[in-house]
Amino acid sequence: MRARTQRLITVAIAAILVLAAAGLVTYAVRESANLFYTPERLAKVGLPEPGKTVKIGGLVEPGSLAYGENAEIRFSVIDGSEMTIHVSYTGIAPDLFQEGQGVVATGRFDTAGKFTATELLAKHDENYIPRELRHLEAPET
Amino acid sequence: MIEFGHFAAILAFCLSGLQGVQGLRGQRGPAAFLALTALGAMGVSFLTLVMAFARSDFSVALVANHSHTLKPFLYKIAGTWGNHEGSMALWCLVTLGFGAAGAVFLRTGRPKFEARSLGIQGLVAAGSLAYLLFASSPFMRVAEPELQGDSLNPLLQDPALAFHPPLLYLGYVGYSFVFAMAAAALIEARVDRIWAKAVRGWAMAAFVPLSGGIMLGALWAYYELGWGGWWFWDPVENASLMPWLLGAALLHSLIVTEKRGGFAVWSVLLAVLAFCFSILGAFLVRSGILTSVHAFADDPTRGLVLLIGLLAYGGAALGLFAFRAYKIKGGPIWAAASREGALMGNNLILAVATATVLLGTLFPLIAEAFGRQMSVGEPYFRLTFVPIMAPALIALPVVQAWSWGRMDLSGIWKWAAAFAGICAVFGLLGVGLMDIPLFAALGVALGVWLVGGSMWELKRRAVTWPRLLKLPLRVWGMTLAHIGLGVFVVGAVVETSQRYETTLDLAMGGRAEVAGWTLSLEDMRVVEGPNWFSDRATISASKGGAMIELRPEKRYYPAARMPTSETAIHKSPSGDLYLALGDRREVNGQVRWTFRAYFNPLIDLVFGGVILMALGGLFSVLPRGVFKARARQADMASLPAGELAE
Repeated sequence: MRARTQRLITVAIAAILVLAAAGLVTYAVRESANLFYTPERLAKVGLPEPGKTVKIGGLVEPGSLAYGENAEIRFSVIDGSEMTIHVSYTGIAPDLFQEGQGVVATGRFDTAGKFTATELLAKHDENYIPRELRHLEAPET
Repeated sequence: MIEFGHFAAILAFCLSGLQGVQGLRGQRGPAAFLALTALGAMGVSFLTLVMAFARSDFSVALVANHSHTLKPFLYKIAGTWGNHEGSMALWCLVTLGFGAAGAVFLRTGRPKFEARSLGIQGLVAAGSLAYLLFASSPFMRVAEPELQGDSLNPLLQDPALAFHPPLLYLGYVGYSFVFAMAAAALIEARVDRIWAKAVRGWAMAAFVPLSGGIMLGALWAYYELGWGGWWFWDPVENASLMPWLLGAALLHSLIVTEKRGGFAVWSVLLAVLAFCFSILGAFLVRSGILTSVHAFADDPTRGLVLLIGLLAYGGAALGLFAFRAYKIKGGPIWAAASREGALMGNNLILAVATATVLLGTLFPLIAEAFGRQMSVGEPYFRLTFVPIMAPALIALPVVQAWSWGRMDLSGIWKWAAAFAGICAVFGLLGVGLMDIPLFAALGVALGVWLVGGSMWELKRRAVTWPRLLKLPLRVWGMTLAHIGLGVFVVGAVVETSQRYETTLDLAMGGRAEVAGWTLSLEDMRVVEGPNWFSDRATISASKGGAMIELRPEKRYYPAARMPTSETAIHKSPSGDLYLALGDRREVNGQVRWTFRAYFNPLIDLVFGGVILMALGGLFSVLPRGVFKARARQADMASLPAGELAE
């Protein structure tokens, strides 16, 4: 009998912990999950709420890379659709960031649809293509 | 030459398969012999691969794709495992190494159990070798060899990363033998103290190198990627954290199984899961199913094979578990306030924390199943992992003094008062005087609480100071590991909350202020190395009377057509001044360079804490008597003459 009571208590404590964790996870997901937009998707569903952190991805449009004051980098992201996303990033671009290459950026849209990136996804390897962009770039052999 | 290696690997595959058969038949002698010969065969095979890399034999496809004659010798060797196929060969070698070590060192007085453990290890090794030979063979030739190779990814040409994969694999694969011992115990439905005592050493043999491997990876990310941080909650990083968390849970659960015979079913389950999560890690890293900053060229079909392997081995073990677990006996009854209760709390929390990390890591896949493209980042993990782990850290110094079975809680208010006192002191000092956020001040208080509490407990167990040296190494190991945890918490909290970062945009002679340092760009020049050339900046930094020079670089590796950042770091007791060189740009006809500058306070405590944890683990499994002779001498010397006579 006592062994059973003990097991019951253990399970009860575990259940409480799991419930607490589930609550935290729900809260954290609601707070921090980032939606992902390609230019095409943006054209379809419209701008997300300005100021909300989202991710965007596509190709850096050749010829669009420009430098501003105070280490600002500006470029456009395209994906073969009509839509173009204009991105501004202040900081050092990842080593493999180039025109014509894929990029995934985390940041926020403003009301005018301009995207301010806080993070650019760097890759370690020139053959690696982020999953979200695989339909845009065919891997070179 | 490489064909010989290919042949040796096939031989190792056959020998491992035989080892599986003989082991499961309960033949310890033959299984042990086969384990040793299989390791020999794979050792020869791996050596031919290393030789091919050392001699830059570009007729081997793998070498042609990943090496270059101009590469420094260390990176030619390390290049062997700096790619998918070669690293799988290393994985197989380590699996067989653990099998051979088991053949020699696993002595429990139960030959049938040992034989079955070796047998299952043989099957795991055969599975890995099959994957190596049929899905990712490193032994292929190219039809028309070129004179020059494609070189190793320059980011990997780094000392920390040369040793990061072997260490990490010792950890991942180390759990294969723990898994084998768990499955063998399930076959005979006997999980008792002798089993736990035997498993503990092997679980530590995986945990210590895994800690070291994770730390080297974090260190590398810190100084090589140029982002100033050391942990990004990236899927690839999480893949190594999850087996580590489960491994830590296992080590604590095994204590109860070894000392009291309790938690037996749970220990077996953890032993199985730790290895499943290691394979899951390999799957996440190699399949490219998740977007990762650390991902390398990947291949979904390889991932699929790994997933099938995971399901086959994990499923078989869990099936065995379902049919046998009910036969395993539990230990004596215990009260909630007891060492068993405390260790159960530890295990529940670690298991739940692992589950939240798993959820966050797989979140993009879960979201996609519901038709959405979403991901979670660092905030998710901060909001879940940290609050879940915090109660365990707060309780640790209190409950490690609890005794088996039942504990009198009448003195607990003193502990509560001590904790409240430390929090109040650090809270007031931090927020009032140093102007840091409350949660950061409390985080530091928690770390200090862990370090102080662990030392207090060590002294309590020793009773008198001279007896400290008489304490078993296990107690020292535990204390060291818990102090390491506290040191890590202090470092992690201070570094992440107080990191200062800024982007500089400097022309020649330009000045900037970073965290009390005055920086000035003195020089820019092109330098040449063995297989790279580089833009090197010289920046003088002065603070008070001190003057130092920092030289961050942007290297370009023509062979790989790829640039890397070489950061410049100035270490001081209060933290690292950290500079990374960015782009050269012309604005209004003036040439300017961007720099990323950081001040990372107490960053060394992050890495130091992990080293202490690994050292503590190592200490706690050293055989009795390693330091005994010396400890006794020291003890004699420190005792007063009167006590010696007793």
